Amino acid sequence: MLAIHCPLCGERPYTEFRYGGDASKRRPALGTMAPEAWHDYLFLFDNPKGPHREFWQHDQGCRQWLLVVRDTATNAVGEVILARNAGAGAGEGPGGR
Amino acid sequence: MYRYSLSRLVRHALSDRPWPRAWREAKPRSHYDVLIIGGGGHGLATAYYLAANHGMDRVAVVERAHIGAGNVGRNTTLVRSNYMMKGNTEFFEFSLKLWEGLSHELNFNVMLSQRGQIVLAHSPAQMDALARRGNIMRLNGIDAELLERAEVRRLLPYLDYSAAARFPVLGGLLQGRAGTVRHDAVAWGYARAADSLGVDIIEGCEVTGFLQDRSGVHGVETGRGRILADRVAIAVAGHSSHVAGLAGLRLPIESHLLQAFVTEPIKPFVNHVISFGAELFYISQSDKGGLVFGGHIDGFNSYTQRGQFPKVRQVAECAVALIPGMSRLKLLRHWAGIQDMTPDGGPFVCRTPIRHLYLNGGWCYQGFKATPAVGWCLAATIARDEEHPLVRCYALDRFARGAESLDEYGHGHWPYRH
Ligand SMILES: Cc1cc2nc3c(=O)[nH]c(=O)nc-3n(C[C@H](O)[C@H](O)[C@H](O)COP(=O)(O)OP(=O)(O)OC[C@H]3O[C@@H](n4cnc5c(N)ncnc54)[C@H](O)[C@@H]3O)c2cc1C
Ligand SMILES: [Zn+2]
Repeated sequence: MLAIHCPLCGERPYTEFRYGGDASKRRPALGTMAPEAWHDYLFLFDNPKGPHREFWQHDQGCRQWLLVVRDTATNAVGEVILARNAGAGAGEGPGGR
Repeated sequence: MYRYSLSRLVRHALSDRPWPRAWREAKPRSHYDVLIIGGGGHGLATAYYLAANHGMDRVAVVERAHIGAGNVGRNTTLVRSNYMMKGNTEFFEFSLKLWEGLSHELNFNVMLSQRGQIVLAHSPAQMDALARRGNIMRLNGIDAELLERAEVRRLLPYLDYSAAARFPVLGGLLQGRAGTVRHDAVAWGYARAADSLGVDIIEGCEVTGFLQDRSGVHGVETGRGRILADRVAIAVAGHSSHVAGLAGLRLPIESHLLQAFVTEPIKPFVNHVISFGAELFYISQSDKGGLVFGGHIDGFNSYTQRGQFPKVRQVAECAVALIPGMSRLKLLRHWAGIQDMTPDGGPFVCRTPIRHLYLNGGWCYQGFKATPAVGWCLAATIARDEEHPLVRCYALDRFARGAESLDEYGHGHWPYRH
């Protein structure tokens, strides 16, 4: 079974977590008027077969949002960090800042 | 075509002459009018209708593995047309009508079994929603019948009607013409019929790139060399993002796993297709006697084609909550398929921003029942270089245009929630 190593709680089964989708996207700055920028942000996905940066929330544990790198071809989980420590380059979680 | 008939069956039964191959083993030619990537149900049906409806005979289907290896051979075989969003309603009814004549059309028994599908309601609000869905269907000339609890109980006496039932059954919506189809037969039947009209079916041939310039696509690179084509269509189910990416397109699609399950065979028990209303769970019984069922996608992007165990447990819990008598059956097999999930749960059947390149993808849970209509409409779209009216709602730019939603359940724009 897929397990995710939460930096705060240790390795836990994925069923304790809620999936939050692609974390590689960057939300356009507020005030961006070009509809294409919002369209691409909301609707287009790289959908790679390989390493995928994604959000998971440990909602039956510490409730932190995490940024996980998982290989979609094998399910091997690589780096896991707290999403709030991911810095601006990581994009923003489903809940925003 | 070597036609199948009762007299042939008798003659073959009495002699030891083997049946001939159902389709040729074609080698790639250097040039085609239309090349279709992906030999699943959709690709094969498209090739068939290109030849049958539009008289095109220089058509090829290139398949990475073998015919039937993809989702056409992995799905739970349900066909129905109980959709209520405009666009979906008409399209899926057209498809069901094509299913109703398909065995004759293809001279191949696809074993359509119109045993009826019952969607259950477990709350007054769900009854209202089903009544609305049924009314929309009837207004579109589609059969639908709202059932009270007592009527459901008469048809499905084995559900849990006890006071302890976790989700009491209040009623349901019956579509009598819905049912199941033998999925392998669909792939083989279309392959054989397309082949007999001159279509080349090239197995073991993976597309690895496109030949393209500013004026559009002119062919593909494959593991078996370069093949030129005036028009190219992508019909690769779970791999749409990957193949479209080879042409430089980014799609509103994520790839997710869906699992399916079969129990040991038992005597006839579940005579309909049943959809649970409390969770996404659906069940029917195969002709061999196994109960065939499935639930939600696993819930996170994946190309592993190997499902997670917690889903097995969750689906089994649904099964037992609905049909307590299933608790002692053994699971015989389970497997997963990779499917394209989209932001509104609707598909894409359309031209693309690249000239001469057409896309059919994003079919989520629902592409098997769509197979004949996809083939019909995609063939017309390719032949006329303009979307067939029934698939105009399935355009790639619908989000950018803010077009009418296809979201049957109002889940919002997260592909993994559909
Ligand atoms: C478990 C499960 C249950 C389902 N149940 C139902 C159901 O009950 N009812 C329903 O309507 N739908 C159902 N579906 C959905 C349905 O099966 C699919 O939407 C539909 O089969 C997709 O179209 P297809 O048959 O053409 O796909 P496929 O059979 O997957 O065909 C695509 C083909 O493209 C090939 N391919 C991929 N990449 C390349 C390449 N680079 N070059 C060449 N070829 C390539 C693949 O090998 C594959 O054979 C289910 C799906 C799954 C996974
Ligand atoms: Zn934690």
